[in-house]
Amino acid sequence: MATYSTNEFKSGLKIMIDGSPCSIVENEFVKPGKGQAFNRVKIRNLKTGRVVEKTFKSGESVEAADVLDTQMEYLYTDGEFWHFMDPKTFEQIAASSEVLVDNAKWLKEQDLCEVTLWNGAPIGVTPPNFVELKVVETDPGLKGDTAQGGTKPATLETGAVVKVPLFIEEGEMLKVDTRTGEYVSRVKA
Amino acid sequence: MSVDWKPFASHEILVQRAELLKAIRCFFAETGALEVETPILSRAGTTDPQIESFITHLTGREKALYLHTSPEFAMKRLLAAGSPDIYQLCKVFRQGEFGRFHNPEFTLLEWYRLGFDHHALMKEVVDLLKQVAPFATVDGEPQFLSYQDIFLQYTGIDPHQTDTSELSSFARKKNISFPAQMTTVDDWLDLLISCWIAIKLPQDRLTFIYDYPASQASLARLRLEGGSYVAERFEVYYGSLELGNGFHELTDAHEQASRFQQDQSARVLNGQSIIPSDSHLLEALSFGLPPCAGVALGVDRLLMLITGAPHIKDVCTFSIENA
Repeated sequence: MATYSTNEFKSGLKIMIDGSPCSIVENEFVKPGKGQAFNRVKIRNLKTGRVVEKTFKSGESVEAADVLDTQMEYLYTDGEFWHFMDPKTFEQIAASSEVLVDNAKWLKEQDLCEVTLWNGAPIGVTPPNFVELKVVETDPGLKGDTAQGGTKPATLETGAVVKVPLFIEEGEMLKVDTRTGEYVSRVKA
Repeated sequence: MSVDWKPFASHEILVQRAELLKAIRCFFAETGALEVETPILSRAGTTDPQIESFITHLTGREKALYLHTSPEFAMKRLLAAGSPDIYQLCKVFRQGEFGRFHNPEFTLLEWYRLGFDHHALMKEVVDLLKQVAPFATVDGEPQFLSYQDIFLQYTGIDPHQTDTSELSSFARKKNISFPAQMTTVDDWLDLLISCWIAIKLPQDRLTFIYDYPASQASLARLRLEGGSYVAERFEVYYGSLELGNGFHELTDAHEQASRFQQDQSARVLNGQSIIPSDSHLLEALSFGLPPCAGVALGVDRLLMLITGAPHIKDVCTFSIENA
């Protein structure tokens, strides 16, 4: 079993806490003038996304989590599972809706996503930071409307709904930031 | 991510560092203490189970040499040999200590006053900081609290009369996260002082905490008070940041030898390597160390406070990250 000493702690390190794979967000070394040193660590549970604080005695060892972030191509969904393929090995994996959480709405076939695998099984899918998606439904923009800052909802081909400027029309391709869910720009066809 | 070859500290901070060192030397020139230099490499190291030394070798010799973690033993040998009040500005080395407020190699100011006890020395620490780091004393008046008082104030627990179950239930009640392996009362006291009390100290002033539990005596002498022994040592904080550690120094060679022994037993128990006890220090104490008090202050942390730098590396030319 691989382990890490607290001396090796740094943000991004993957460790097992209470049976769950976690990623270190922040590591702080604290020590009274004379006496026991501690590492106070903020960790993100990779399955639930929750961030909790843990304290270790400095020098303690913690089990390493066999977690791998890998780039995979999104293939399709059968409604129950979302299927991805490693473009190098052509190996395929299926992720359930619990793993996708609300990221499914950004997935477009053939886009490269980051799939987080724990012991070979997917525990998280991160879509590309920016995706290009077609507007399939939105109210027509008013001709000559020059009001600043007005927005309206638009439904995209993957089902995601984003706020867009009033001049956007159905059939247009948009660039969207998946981290914030915000419209970035139009994409020239 | 590649680490930059450039220094972390800005030119302005390097100027402030040079000025701080100058001001410290000026303070001791005015108040009368001799600047000394003692070896960084030594055949003995600290036996303190909470401090690990860097270990190296002299080519051709089998015995290890230890990079000093503080110049304390050598400075006490100087005092025993007849030196007057002395001070030293030097780099010290501590294995495994790095973080926002720790660099494994850092600058220490250590000084000794003959005939002082820890209370007299605490007052001199205030005098020094007034002169070299006025920020620390212009805001609030420094506060002086015993270890017992500060625990009672912030936890309602008497640290000299407590046990692990009282301390652990306090931590649970206050939602303080703690390691799985907490065995001794000192483990819990250390946790609560670092992760509960220190962060609640008033941020605009110096806090001195003195008279520690006997189990945390380190190199301080003990005094019987109210039925329990207390160690005559202190720590000084500015806000939540610990700046230094002082002792009314232990001068009894037998007591010192038995503390070395206790440290070594603890190291065996913890599976730590055995560090040779400093026999020269014991001989010097047997010869006679005059009554004195000594203190060590972290110069880099002082500079962090003066400059407002958020990380210790910001006040170092090069930190362990790009040394």
